[in-house]
Amino acid sequence: MWDMELLLKITLLVSTLLPTAALLVWLERRLLGFWQERCGPNRVGPFGILQSLADLIKILFKHDWIPPFADKPLFVLAPLIGALAVMMSFVVVPLSPGWMISDSHIGLLFFLAMTSLAVYGVLLAGWSSNNKYALLGGMRAAAQTICYEVFMGVSLLGVVILAGSFRLSDIVQAQQGLWFVIPQFVGFVIFIIAGIAESHRLPFDLPEAETELTGGFHTEYSGIKFALFFLGEYLGIMLISMMATTLFLGGWLGPWLPPLVWFLLKTLLLICFFILLRASLPRPRYDQLLAFGWKWLLPLALVNLLVTAAIKLTGGT
Amino acid sequence: MIIQWLFYASATIAVVASLLVITSKNAVHAILYLVVSLLALSLCFYLLGAPFAAALQIIVYAGAIMVLFVFAVMLFNISDEDVRREAQWLSWQAWVGPTVLALLLLAQWVLFIQLAPASAMTETIMVEARAVGATLFGPYLLAVEIASFLLLAGLVGGFHLAKKLPEDNQ
Repeated sequence: MWDMELLLKITLLVSTLLPTAALLVWLERRLLGFWQERCGPNRVGPFGILQSLADLIKILFKHDWIPPFADKPLFVLAPLIGALAVMMSFVVVPLSPGWMISDSHIGLLFFLAMTSLAVYGVLLAGWSSNNKYALLGGMRAAAQTICYEVFMGVSLLGVVILAGSFRLSDIVQAQQGLWFVIPQFVGFVIFIIAGIAESHRLPFDLPEAETELTGGFHTEYSGIKFALFFLGEYLGIMLISMMATTLFLGGWLGPWLPPLVWFLLKTLLLICFFILLRASLPRPRYDQLLAFGWKWLLPLALVNLLVTAAIKLTGGT
Repeated sequence: MIIQWLFYASATIAVVASLLVITSKNAVHAILYLVVSLLALSLCFYLLGAPFAAALQIIVYAGAIMVLFVFAVMLFNISDEDVRREAQWLSWQAWVGPTVLALLLLAQWVLFIQLAPASAMTETIMVEARAVGATLFGPYLLAVEIASFLLLAGLVGGFHLAKKLPEDNQ
């Protein structure tokens, strides 16, 4: 009754995702160093590649402290919710034709559902810490996520209209002739912006803006729980890159190389783009972020949806 | 068979979580139990063959509306005093009336299920998103339009409340 192959795939995916997320931390620090004309971590192992391992060992030996004034069950639960919700989304990502854990016909909706649940991690961390900076960070996260989630969904509907399916493998197959990044360029840009805001990365890392909120929602967190938040964030970047690849950049499609290699190459390129954004853009003010979301991106996403639907309806491509 | 057991398990979780929503003394905990209840309901929908409704249940209710609820309650700064006051309000006298009424309703419902002719449907049929859309914008178009009017009214009301008044009107 249990499908052994499926179980094996799940185990393999989880056991590659976690080290990859750790490696991503190293990659980000190296690339940031490169773009800012400095070295970055280069002491542990060749090119400093074992830096994350050293960090992990350090963080495991740190005192795992729960503040006495915190709401204890929620304080412990919050980082788990954040990391688990992101990891659940990887279930529907089609890495290659032969490598999908679940090819559900509501795959895209499942992804949206899990990203919308991921906000509880940040929100509850902020509230249960019982600390004003953490609370402010949590509230920012809530407002930002709700705002950007709305048009993330709307921007993806253009793709759904073109492909005629919520199934992610169908969406990839529909891009055989032309990647959706060309007919859906507006949708692609909106999705990337919303993706950065959803994974609260710089320049949209207002929930944890360290210059104004000390650490934001994770001010009170230390040790392994802090590491879980960190893990969730990097898994989030990977997830958004993978989804953008699947939905707009043709997924595993490409000449000569095997499908999985194409998929990973495109994903890596997007991840590097995210890091470049972090290296180059300043953080906007909180009200600017929300005003930009509601007043510009949402109407733009709606117009994009309407135009796509109209073209599809009148029989264009 | 396993689907049936999954359904009963998630239905039980939904009922227990809903009970905890009303008995929780801390408002944030209550909302979280409501989220659990909604997630369990979503699983029920899925097992009954409505994956689209299940996904929307999570995206709209658990993922957006409940987040707004938590957002609002977070601003109230709940202290131990509030929890104590809440505990006072939840005395057993307050429970009697609602419990009796709810039990009456339950009895009616059980009777209704007993009397109703046995359903011929034994297998669950997966309803695709396409079918849901076609039904919504086919036979139920009027209901969709009415619902959209309702939402628009709420939107206009919200805008009115949040609007900055001109200086001389204050």
